[in-house]
Amino acid sequence: MGMVLCWCLTLLTAVQASDFAPVVQGRPLVFRADTGAHPDYRTEWWYITGWLTDEDGAERGFQVTFFRVATGIGADNPSRFAPRQLILAHAAIADPATGHLLHAERAERGLEPLAGAAQDRTQAWIKDWGLILDDDRYRARIETEAFAFDLSLIAAGPPLLNGRAGFSQKTPDPNHASYYYSRPQLAVTGRMRLNTEEHQVTGRAWLDHEWSSQLLSEEAQGWDWIGINLHDGGSLMAFQMRHPDGSVLWSAGTLVAGGADPRYLTPAQVRFQPQRRWRSPRTGKLYPVTWELEIDGQAWQLLPLMDDQELDGRQSTGVLYWEGGVRLMAADREIGRGYLEMTGY
Amino acid sequence: MGALLWYVFLGSLWRRRLATSLSLLAIALGVALGLAVQLIHTAALDEFGRGLRLISGEADLQVVGSQSGFDDALYPLLAQRPEVAEASPILEMEARLPDRATTLRILGIDLFRAARLTPSLLPLGEGRSGEATPDQAAPTARGDVRLEALQPDALFLSPAAATQLALASGATLRVQVGTREVALRLAGAVPAAGVGQVLAVMDIAAAQQTFERIGRLSRIDLRLAPGVDAGRARRALSALLPPGVSLRTPADAQSEVQNLSRAYRVNLTMLAAIALMTGGFLVFSAQWLAVVRRRQEFALLRALGLDRAGLRRGLLAEGALLGLVGGLIGVALAHGLTALAFRLIGGDLGAGYFRGLAPQLQWEPGLMFGYLALGLGAGLAGAWLPAREAARLIPARGLRAGDEAEAYQAPPRWGLTLGLLGLAALSCLLPPLDGLPLGGYLAVALILVGAVLALPGLTPWAMRPLAGGRAILTRLARARLAAAPGQAVVAGAGVVASVALAVSMAIMVSSFRDSLDDWLTQMLPADLYLRAAAAGTSGYLEPEWVERVARLPGVTAVRPVRFENLRIGAGGEAIALIARHVTDRAGLPLVAGSTMPAPGPGTEPPAWISEAVADRLGLGVADPLPLPLGQAVQTFRVAGIWRDYARQQGAVVIELETFQRLTGDRRVNDLGLFLTAGTDPAGVMSAIRDLLGATMSEMILPGELRTMILGVFDRTFLVTYLMEAVAVMIGLFGISTSFAALATSRRKELGILRHLGLMRRQIGTLLATEAALTAAVGVVIGLVAGAAIAWILIEVINRQSFHWSMDMQWPLGVLLVFSLAMILLAALAARLSGRQAMRQDAVLAVREDW
Repeated sequence: MGMVLCWCLTLLTAVQASDFAPVVQGRPLVFRADTGAHPDYRTEWWYITGWLTDEDGAERGFQVTFFRVATGIGADNPSRFAPRQLILAHAAIADPATGHLLHAERAERGLEPLAGAAQDRTQAWIKDWGLILDDDRYRARIETEAFAFDLSLIAAGPPLLNGRAGFSQKTPDPNHASYYYSRPQLAVTGRMRLNTEEHQVTGRAWLDHEWSSQLLSEEAQGWDWIGINLHDGGSLMAFQMRHPDGSVLWSAGTLVAGGADPRYLTPAQVRFQPQRRWRSPRTGKLYPVTWELEIDGQAWQLLPLMDDQELDGRQSTGVLYWEGGVRLMAADREIGRGYLEMTGY
Repeated sequence: MGALLWYVFLGSLWRRRLATSLSLLAIALGVALGLAVQLIHTAALDEFGRGLRLISGEADLQVVGSQSGFDDALYPLLAQRPEVAEASPILEMEARLPDRATTLRILGIDLFRAARLTPSLLPLGEGRSGEATPDQAAPTARGDVRLEALQPDALFLSPAAATQLALASGATLRVQVGTREVALRLAGAVPAAGVGQVLAVMDIAAAQQTFERIGRLSRIDLRLAPGVDAGRARRALSALLPPGVSLRTPADAQSEVQNLSRAYRVNLTMLAAIALMTGGFLVFSAQWLAVVRRRQEFALLRALGLDRAGLRRGLLAEGALLGLVGGLIGVALAHGLTALAFRLIGGDLGAGYFRGLAPQLQWEPGLMFGYLALGLGAGLAGAWLPAREAARLIPARGLRAGDEAEAYQAPPRWGLTLGLLGLAALSCLLPPLDGLPLGGYLAVALILVGAVLALPGLTPWAMRPLAGGRAILTRLARARLAAAPGQAVVAGAGVVASVALAVSMAIMVSSFRDSLDDWLTQMLPADLYLRAAAAGTSGYLEPEWVERVARLPGVTAVRPVRFENLRIGAGGEAIALIARHVTDRAGLPLVAGSTMPAPGPGTEPPAWISEAVADRLGLGVADPLPLPLGQAVQTFRVAGIWRDYARQQGAVVIELETFQRLTGDRRVNDLGLFLTAGTDPAGVMSAIRDLLGATMSEMILPGELRTMILGVFDRTFLVTYLMEAVAVMIGLFGISTSFAALATSRRKELGILRHLGLMRRQIGTLLATEAALTAAVGVVIGLVAGAAIAWILIEVINRQSFHWSMDMQWPLGVLLVFSLAMILLAALAARLSGRQAMRQDAVLAVREDW
């Protein structure tokens, strides 16, 4: 779901939600146009997570996100620097050999040709970082001193609409909602660099594209979200919003069993049960790193790629959360792989 | 020889307290002045450097243009270049604050870019930690400020600016844009800006919009990609820049200002050095007299077994102690002076080089010990010759009485004197070294030494015409001075040095003041001046306002002036551009060329350059001068060279029409108003205030402006006047102590004169006559030397330091009164100090040594 950064940025602005386009049920999503940016809405992100295997068989998780934030500032300013839109990007690699996340981020005001988000199709960039869609092939490029990747991601099928035809409700109040679709089962090929060592990598990834004008509900302390590519070719997206006391405010999901049609999962059909907890040595925060899931009556288990996938961005973006690779287990059998995001701990 | 050193040598300093304290005072003043100048400038330059590092951060290169900036399309172009790792655009404004007397430097930054290049400029909003849990407080405050800082009216003040303006967050600050007022909200602080930087930060888009500078940038900071060759990158990027825009390193910017203020700094340091030299002279004359008086004492010591080296060491220790104590007092005084200067006049010693800085007094051990060593050196140097003379003493002869006269033998040193003066003349021909008139300073020092050395030769020569006189006392005095010119050297050295210093300063300052006065009269021909805001600030007048002012009753004509700053040549050196009417109404103090250029070959528009530009670029009348104006380079033809006391970096005047045609920019900064005869300027002023608003513009009458500028001038030269007074005092005290000592050492001689029938009163007159004659010789030599030094100050030192000429003025009346006063005071001082010697019984005095 990856909205942490935006949540933080927008929470405190004086700008009213009414200054932006509202999210309403029944607006059909139209592709390819809706893969592009929606600058009339307050926040938007393209969020890719996945597992990569290199030529030696080593497995790593990766994540790359581009955010667009409408500020409500400078609408009447003819300056090329007018900060109407901000573009932010974030990338991380989860390498069990390192034992913690490598991550990097960038932030710019939307100022072509240096940084921007195109409206006709997915194309967001900040200088040499970028995410672009050609037909059914995405290309994600990140360059930092510590790591870099340049990946080609090919979609297996059409966009998968979450919620009710892309209208994804976040709380019992339908005003807290977003437009939301996913691209599961992206086939990844490309190169990755860790410090100076270059790797050829292949793997499976997942893309979320979501946009909204609503802030996170004040009732919510945080959320837990998963996006899993199932080994049978299907996919599972599920999330829950939590009250400050840990009880569930809302939950939902989208399940595609291998070969079957997508099914919208109601709050009653999605249950997250925390199991083993891990305490971060850096921040002292306690994260549940293994979970029991009850999805539509089936009991599954989530196991992390590694315990320490905490992202400490307090010095830069000002956010602190856990986001990392997980395996989905049915009894002792791995039935899928994907990413888990946990915020508000 | 520990005890001996204390009792015989150092103790003698205590026994002649007056002479000692004068020497101490002179050395302490020299050290204090020199060190204070250095301390003040070190602190100011450090603060300035800190400011530069603050605003240029980790930039390798900066793109800079003229004052009105350059097209911001250059920014994405450069930011995308492979040589460039980071680029950060900046729009800098000197915002006029209409309800305050000051301006505020506002930097419009892209905080996303500045975060990587100039992190210390990042603003911090008012944290809302009250609404967040403790461990979320920091992140939310940051998250908050990112958007808060983008708000179009949000301004963030550095701590020093907040203190200076006495404003807290949440307050409103009104700034002037053109003739409008805009209210900005203080949304927080720039905490990392440091304590000495007076500035404010806002979002670049907001700054462009607020100050009506859409599409303009003042600067782009660049950091080069790792591994890129800096020289090659610089050449490649330079090729992309439009005319008038250049690349420089942050160090270039620092040296630009350092060079500008350096000449002034060196000038003051040289003044301090002269004070120190005067101190050395005083030590010399005091020590010399002490040595003469203590000849028998020294001879006795030698006979008792003290060797030559020991005697010399003892006397040098006296000088060293004087130097050390004087130096210590000077160091303490310097710190006091520096602290006082920072409180009263700021870090630029009143010269206006460092605006917007609040430097702090710093502890500079290196400088301190350096100046302490200089004080010690002055003491030692002054004691050197007397110590050598004393060591040469043959004990048997020294024990005999009446031997002192030998010490007053001073052979004429014509060869050395002429050699030194010849060298001085040659030094004046030297070009400035690294922008500093070192040849000129050398010449001043050579002339001072040469003038003192001319004393023994000139004294007998000057006494010759008096030989025919009848008065017995005059003949006695003449005979004494002609026979013992050493006495004149000892007593007169201080007079020569102090008169030369005082006279040269008097001539220079009066020449400067007169020239400045003339210059102001020529530069300010109108009856009334209207200024939207000082050059480079956010205020200006639109053409329609100019027309409205011109239509006011009583106004016959208006002369608008536009100020700009350009960067010219390969080095991108900054010069001032003044666009105004030239050919129809003069008002340009030309030193060459004319205001009505002869129609020459080609059609280049005329330009009039200031002397600084002529010197720096080596230009003369009729030479071509390319200037980047508007989007292109326009070649001008130099029609004249004018004198400019206002802009040391150089200025070019062009016709306003030419400027407007080339740039399309019709805004102006100043307006000179010519009124119909008999119109009361006050009425026009109130009409303008009604038209433009009371706080939007400053108006001044040329007379007031002149008084104000001359007031500033006099304040700036207050240091000089003080030094003159001190020099005169030192000279007088020197004469008085010399004659007191001389009178004491001549007790026997005076006793014999009494026996021969002279009255006490007549002895007094004799001493006064001798002093008057000595002083007269010293004053005359001092006058000549002073005139020569004044010529060097005006034609070499000022010319090379500040690139401005002035017309030499001789304040004859002042000099005459001053000279006569010196001579009379010298006679009086000698008369008073001789009284003690005359009080003694003549019989006793004569038999003392027989």
